Formats: sequence, structure tokens, C-alpha cells
Amino acid sequence: MDILRFITAGSVDDGKSTLIGRLLYDSKSIMIDQLEAIGRQSKNREDGEIDLALLTDGLRAEREQGITIDVAYKYFSTPKRKFIIADAPGHIQYTRNMVTGASNADLAIILIDARNGVAEQTRRHSIIASLLKIPHVVVAINKMDLVDYSHDVYNNIVIDYAEVARNLGLKDVTYIPISALNGDNIVEKSDKYPWYEGESLLHILENTEVQNDINLTDGRFPVQYVIRPQTEDLHDYRGYAGKIISGVYRKGDKVVVQPSGIESSIAAIEKDGKEIDEAFAPQSVVLHLKDDIDISRGDTIVPTGIQPNVTNELEVLLCWMDNKPLVPGNKYLLQINSRTVRSSIREIQYKLNVNTLQKEEAPDKAGLNDVVKAVIKTAAPIAWDAYAALRSNGGAILIDETSCVTVGACMIQ
Amino acid sequence: MSKYQLDYLDQLESESIHILREVAGQFERPALLFSGGKDSITLVHLALKAFRPGKFPFPLVHIDTGHNFPEALRFRDELAAQIGEKLIVRHVGDTIKLKNLTEQKGKFASRNALQTYTLLDTIEEFGFDACIGGARRDEEKARAKERIFSVRDEFGQWNPKLQRPELWNTYNGKIHKGENVRIFPISNWTELDVWNYIRRHNIELPPIYYAHEREVLEFQGQLVATSAFIQLEPTDKISVKKVRYRTVGDMTCTAAVESNAATIDDIISEIIATKTSERGETRIDDRVSEAAMEDRKKNGYF
Ligand SMILES: Nc1nc2c(ncn2[C@@H]2O[C@H](COP(=O)(O)OP(=O)(O)O)[C@@H](O)[C@H]2O)c(=O)[nH]1
Repeated sequence: MDILRFITAGSVDDGKSTLIGRLLYDSKSIMIDQLEAIGRQSKNREDGEIDLALLTDGLRAEREQGITIDVAYKYFSTPKRKFIIADAPGHIQYTRNMVTGASNADLAIILIDARNGVAEQTRRHSIIASLLKIPHVVVAINKMDLVDYSHDVYNNIVIDYAEVARNLGLKDVTYIPISALNGDNIVEKSDKYPWYEGESLLHILENTEVQNDINLTDGRFPVQYVIRPQTEDLHDYRGYAGKIISGVYRKGDKVVVQPSGIESSIAAIEKDGKEIDEAFAPQSVVLHLKDDIDISRGDTIVPTGIQPNVTNELEVLLCWMDNKPLVPGNKYLLQINSRTVRSSIREIQYKLNVNTLQKEEAPDKAGLNDVVKAVIKTAAPIAWDAYAALRSNGGAILIDETSCVTVGACMIQ
Repeated sequence: MSKYQLDYLDQLESESIHILREVAGQFERPALLFSGGKDSITLVHLALKAFRPGKFPFPLVHIDTGHNFPEALRFRDELAAQIGEKLIVRHVGDTIKLKNLTEQKGKFASRNALQTYTLLDTIEEFGFDACIGGARRDEEKARAKERIFSVRDEFGQWNPKLQRPELWNTYNGKIHKGENVRIFPISNWTELDVWNYIRRHNIELPPIYYAHEREVLEFQGQLVATSAFIQLEPTDKISVKKVRYRTVGDMTCTAAVESNAATIDDIISEIIATKTSERGETRIDDRVSEAAMEDRKKNGYF
């Protein structure tokens, strides 16, 4: 049993909450008391039916407005997998929340209302999925009951979306017709779609291969913390604690410490206090090096072989997440894994229209939810990989030192 | 499964250890809030994995309401002694005396709300800038939206509308003086994940988690242990039942469930079969309104 993290994206009223409610309900992850609570609230509504969508709307403000405004995490499991759903709002005003939810997702479910077909929002959600490099996309064409389960309607949407997917370079796209309200093709295949040859949504979620998305070739180990007991019997103990974000580490491997470039080799690998011969992503371990060199939080230990880039200038695609605008010349802290350095925005090359992918050249600033291509200069070198090549070492956040808030998400190019 | 593949519990464990080490790397004075319940015991276990053979870079802190289960307190002290880590205990009773606070009245008078005062005083006394807690997102709807690094203002308040975006596995621990961050390393674990983890690693728990005989009072379908903290009335229906606890909070607001589960396997089978959520079955304090938890969180509750 492993874990699949997925995000659900759709426009308001496409049926996202109903779909999630349906998955939780049909996988028996909803308990009686929770059902009673939504039953009580549903009674305040006119139709009187139990409203599965209420399960996923967490905060009171959202209940009052009837919309999802922040990412909510939901959990369910089957004997095959544990699922973590990032339920993110779809409106353009909440692009940053969707980016947040998408950042850890293995898979995106893009919901389309069969009556509306591929809409502007569908394009935007797909663009975000491609910017954040979500490896797998499932296009769920919902409300098929409202279009008489029409194969033609479904086919036309598939043709339209295939074009979007091609333009964005989305690689693994699966299509499925559903009715979230009736539960068609969610857990079991429904016989109302004799023309549909694929599997049920849950089957797809259970069987999408995600292990291959972990890079086991290029080792990256950002040091988070140095363990130095400094007791009598462990006087010389110096262990580098961190999580392997990619690759495999073996005792005896030659390594380079980045960004300094100093070489050494692995003297020992410890996990749970026991020595092991090899460790791999995403394990949290302690590494010991043969040589007594100065390593601290923010350094990355890399086996010799393909090295990360070590520079103090970065080209990034950046999603701006703050109310105050981003203006060239502004200074921020840049945090990538355990390393934090000062940085300044050199230039904004273009702004990407997230609905159309059109570029606006050299805008003078970026506002909340804008996606721009920018050049960032850092005060000290950092070791990075292109986000497209190695997601776990290509994403960085910007922090406003005066407000302490996370203001930007950078995908290094 | 390939040789280089982690199963779900190992993945969750690694993620939590990573978070604990981020706390160690980013904060000056963290603390681990330890109650003697299964979730905080799991946290201690994870901290051992994250920092041994070194010492924890934080003390264990318990806010003792005075209404705790004696079994949990005993366990707390024994565990702290056994692992040789520092334990700080502060008492809600002392805060009540010192600050002349008014206690709730009534049958199940709870100190849950007052706990917040002691917690904030303790944070101030030691200058804690980060408090690690065992809350999980599956517990409750408001928690489902909370970040792993959750910033609180100097009154301990959570502002659900002004949460920082939290991307990838990059946690922003920057704060202004006076603020602190609540940190939830097991956010992504469910109740069942915790139990399966406890089973896999043979983690010891206080005995009240296993079925035992206890004198209980039946109240609105829930079973509450009789104790000095609950005012009994002559009409109360009291009996001795075989019960266990699914969560361990205050004796006044934690309900027991009837059970014969003598082993962890039994407990897990019962949880898989159960039709009621953890909080719904065992917490009397969530029943006030749908938004009860959200309101208490905004006011500095954990
Ligand atoms: N007929 C039909 N209605 C649906 C379906 N899925 C959702 N709905 C309805 O569409 C409306 C919006 O659904 P909701 O889940 O709240 O949408 P969200 O805004 O995307 O979360 C609700 O009235 C649902 O009952 C479906 O498959 N068929």
C-alpha cells in the first residue's frame, strides 16, 4: 500500500465537492456523525436531499458563501492505496491556492461540466497543472446524466481537450465520463455508458503508477540539521540529518558538497539509529562523511555524477501570491529545500495569461495570482535543478522579510 | 514492490521526521506539546527517530488541566524519564488561582477553554517560538485546512483567512517577535494510520487505550468515567462497563467506548468497523455547534 496525492480542479458548480463527497462516501470514509451533521445542514436547504458537497467545505465563511476558498485536505483509503486529496478552489481569484495544492500532487482530476465543454477555467487549471508538473491528469467529464449519456458530447470534449493537452505537453492524460451526483463510474463502472471502455475513476486512482515519478538516479540530500551529541562516548559524532529528495545513497559513495564543491565520501548511513548500506528517496536518514569538513543546514550532499546547477542567478516561472505587487528590484528571502538566501528580482521578462498562455512582454509589475517569467539574483549561490527535470530540487518560495509571509512560488527553468 | 519503494507508513514517517528536523533547523526555542495521548506519544517516537543519538532540540511541555487521567500522567512521567528528555509541566489550576479566572460550572465543567491561558503564559514564560502538536487534518473540518506550519499571533489566534501558502515540502518558519508557530508533523496521518504505525513499531501506550473495567455514567448516549471532576446527581445512570478510550483528553470531556479490545489488533479491527468518527464518538466539547472547533482554534486553542 502506497500513497497517491491528488488535486481536484474545476469551476464553481462543475461538481467538485459532490465528486469528493462521493469518493469519501462510497469508500466508507464518512462516519455517521459527520453524515448527521451534514444532514442537519442540508435541511436548511430547499431541496432537502443530503448534500455530499457539504462534507468538503470546511470553514464557516465558506459554508456561508457556499464556496471553497482555501485548500482543504481530505483522506481516504482502499486496501490498495492511501489517498490524500488537496481540494483547491478553482476561481481565478484563488489561483495561488490551486498552485499550493498542485505543488505536491501526483495527479490532477480536471472536472468538466459536460454541458459546457472545455471552458476558460479548464484551460487555466490545465495550465497550472502543467506549470507545476503534475505527472498525471485525469479529465473527468461530469454531469453526463444531463446530456443523456451522449457518446458524441463526450467525444467532442475529448477532442477539444486533447488539443489543450498537446499544447501544454501534458503527457499522461486519461478521460472518463461520470455523474458525480449519481455515482456513475466513480467506484464501479456504470452500465449507462456501454461505449466507455476505460475503468472506473477509483480504479484509475488506485492503479496510476507513481513510483516511477520518483527520481532514483540523481542523488540530492539537503542537510536540515546537524546532530552533535557532544557527550563523552559520542564525542566525535557528527551526523547530517535530512531527507533524500532524489536518488540512492550507498555507503562508500564519493560525494560532493554543494554549493562549496568540497569532495568527500559517505562513511556511514544511519536510519533509526541503525547503520544501513543504502538509502533512497524519500527516506529521512543521517549521513556521516569520511572527512571532517564544515557542513551545515542549507548544504546539499550529492553523489559524484550529474551535479545540480550551482549559480546565483535563476530564471524562474513565478506565481505571485501577495497583495503587494512584485516589482523589479524588490528583495526577498528565497528558500529552496533547507537553504535560505537573500535575493532580488532582476527583471520580469513576461507575464503569462493563465487562460490563454499568451505572453505580455516586460510588464512593470506582477500582481496577486499573476504568473510571470522572472530573473532572480541571489546573494549566495544555490544548488538547483530545473523544475521540469527534478521537481523536488527545482521549486523555491519567496518570503517577504518584513511581513514574513510567503509571497511567491518559483519553478526554476 | 520494488526494492526502492516505501509503503505508506514509511512515507508518512519520513515526511514527519522531515518536518521535525525543519523545526530544529528553523527555530530558536521550540517545544513539543505532550499530553500522554497516542498522537503525542507517536510524535515522541518520531522525534527519537529524527534526533537520536542526539538530544531533542526541544523540551516536552504538558499543560495539565488538573482533569487528566492519572494513567496518562503516570505514563507521561515514565516516558520522559525513560528517554531522558526534559519535561515541563504547567497547571491550569495555578493560572486559575493566579489570574482569578472563572471556572465553568455544571455537570461536566470543563477546563478546556482555560487551558489556552496556561498555554499562552507558558509560551511567554519560556519564549517558545514554535510548538509542535499532534493534531491531524482528518480529525475535523477546520483542521483539514490548517497548514503544517501554522502561524499564531501573540494572542495565540489562528486566522484561517490569512494562511500562508505552503508549497512542496518547503516550510516558511519566519515570524515576527511575539508570534509563534504551531507545527503539526502528523497532519497527513489518519486515526487508522496512527494505530497501524503504533502496531508496526510496538509503541507502548497508557493502559486506558485498551479495554478495561470502569465505572461510567451514561450521558446522551456517551459513556463518561466517574471521577471527582464530575458532579453526579441521584438520577444518573451509573454502571461498570468494559471500555477503552479512543482519544485521551480531559476526564470531563472525553467519552469512552464499550470494547473488549485487549490487543492493538483488536483495536484496529474495531476502528475499521466503527461507524462514528473519532471526535464524534469521544469528544463532548465538539458538540456545541458545527463551528465549535473553528471558533476555539481562532482563540488560541491548539
Ligand atoms: N445532474 C447532476 N448534477 C450534479 C452532478 N455533479 C454535481 N451536480 C450538482 O451541481 C451543483 C454543484 O455541485 P458542487 O459539487 O457543489 O460543485 P463545486 O462548486 O464544483 O464544488 C450541485 O447542485 C450538485 O448537486 C452530476 O453529475 N449530475
